[in-house]
Amino acid sequence: MSGLLRGGAAIVGVAESDLGHVADGLNPIDLMAQGVARALEDCGLALRDVDGLFCATAQARTSGLSLAEYLGISPAYIDTTILGGSSFEFHVAHAAAALQLGLCQVAVIAYGSTQRSIGRRQASVREVNPYETPFRPFLPSTAYALAASRHMHEFGTTREQLAEVAVAARQWALLNPAAWEKKPLSIPEVLGARMVSYPFTVRDICLVTDGGGAVVMTDAERAGSLKKPPVYVLGCGSAITHANISSMPDLTLTGAIQSGQQAYAMAGLKAADIDVVELYDAFTINPILFLEDLGFCPKGEGGRFVEEGAIAPGGRLPVNTNGGGLSYCHPGMYGLLILIEAVRQLRGECGARQVPGAATAIAHGNGGVLSSQSTVILGTAATV
Amino acid sequence: MDEAPLTIYQAHLDKGELAYQWSPAAGRAVFYPRLVCPHSGSTALEWRVASGLGTVYATTVTHPAQGEPYNVALVDCDEGFRLMSRVEDIDPMAVRIGMRVRFRVHKPGGDTVGDEPAYPVFVPVEGAP
Repeated sequence: MSGLLRGGAAIVGVAESDLGHVADGLNPIDLMAQGVARALEDCGLALRDVDGLFCATAQARTSGLSLAEYLGISPAYIDTTILGGSSFEFHVAHAAAALQLGLCQVAVIAYGSTQRSIGRRQASVREVNPYETPFRPFLPSTAYALAASRHMHEFGTTREQLAEVAVAARQWALLNPAAWEKKPLSIPEVLGARMVSYPFTVRDICLVTDGGGAVVMTDAERAGSLKKPPVYVLGCGSAITHANISSMPDLTLTGAIQSGQQAYAMAGLKAADIDVVELYDAFTINPILFLEDLGFCPKGEGGRFVEEGAIAPGGRLPVNTNGGGLSYCHPGMYGLLILIEAVRQLRGECGARQVPGAATAIAHGNGGVLSSQSTVILGTAATV
Repeated sequence: MDEAPLTIYQAHLDKGELAYQWSPAAGRAVFYPRLVCPHSGSTALEWRVASGLGTVYATTVTHPAQGEPYNVALVDCDEGFRLMSRVEDIDPMAVRIGMRVRFRVHKPGGDTVGDEPAYPVFVPVEGAP
């Protein structure tokens, strides 16, 4: 993003809230606050240091007010941009800008969702669109299935290639103690699972869990004096292309093309320079689209790229090392958890799933029905 | 503003017509109907009635928890606009990208005016590839 300083801001603290199926009675603001407290503990800062607040959830109309009240803070700078699951990657760029301008000194980005424990219908109110609702699209699945149909038609992508994405995610999840899914998954099991919206079975679709967390950011100078090694924001980019799938200009080309180009330009890096890849995998078609649009393979080659375990542990490119929205955790707006995993990989905290020597990571958020795309490139001190 | 774009669109459907807007400033079709042209910013949008012929751009079959699977498609109309719809009179899995289709109005409440408004569906064009 032009105007932002490469490495000017850093992520210094990260934490998940409780995940999976949380205790009865917990609400999204509880989970945001729990994430903030844990993330502050992670970096050694205190609530009184926080003067920038960024948050989003589908379950509260004015979550910024609720969270500030809950935490007893009156932040100097607040931003509750909500653009779907990618909101938190947008927040990273916005926080970096606010820190650079001195509008705040310590920013927290928070998320919480209890969609599993209260039921998905209650957690996100369906908006009626007179030009789509009559056709009973099961959103968002139907929209992503339409995109998949187009990819299969234009490029010969197969259901088996889509299933490869789910199987790779599961293999990573089995290395992550925090992951929801605990059993292995095979390609025939994905293909044979209950059909939801062709070509997707339920195994091509992200989990429905509770969860949340928080990220703490500060300027590069302050970042160096905290508990853990800072992870620097090297590049940011974002793009929105539509709100409804019927208005997406081309279902095989996402805004990740633009968001990626902006982020790479700011970082001075290219796809080949990235060690760890975290992509918002709401559906198995997503990583295929984003691997193409972020330059890891040519357009149309994503299906072939993921074959034979290429993005699974031990494959040619480590993608979604926490197990992703498909097998680790998907509370509805998964983008915050992508940032947490990217930071932990760059700190070397990931145990059995650690990518050895990881110095650069890309965290790519997707929101709506491929509507909003936001890319964050992160790096260790050695990369700044 | 006497009538909302949706009201005008719906009145055409009630007459069995698929209406869309034309933006003279942009020289292209606009859909869904609106007050401002997204291609030019112009508020001068003209109403036109589509021929009803189009081509399937994308297709899926959605499987509800209860009831039969059904088609959901995006159709590119010959006049240069795209809309969500479904293709009927054919097995939903047999709907193909590139298939030529023709508009038909669907009235959920039959010819009596009910709570559910009419909407556009499509059927395969016979003899077309």
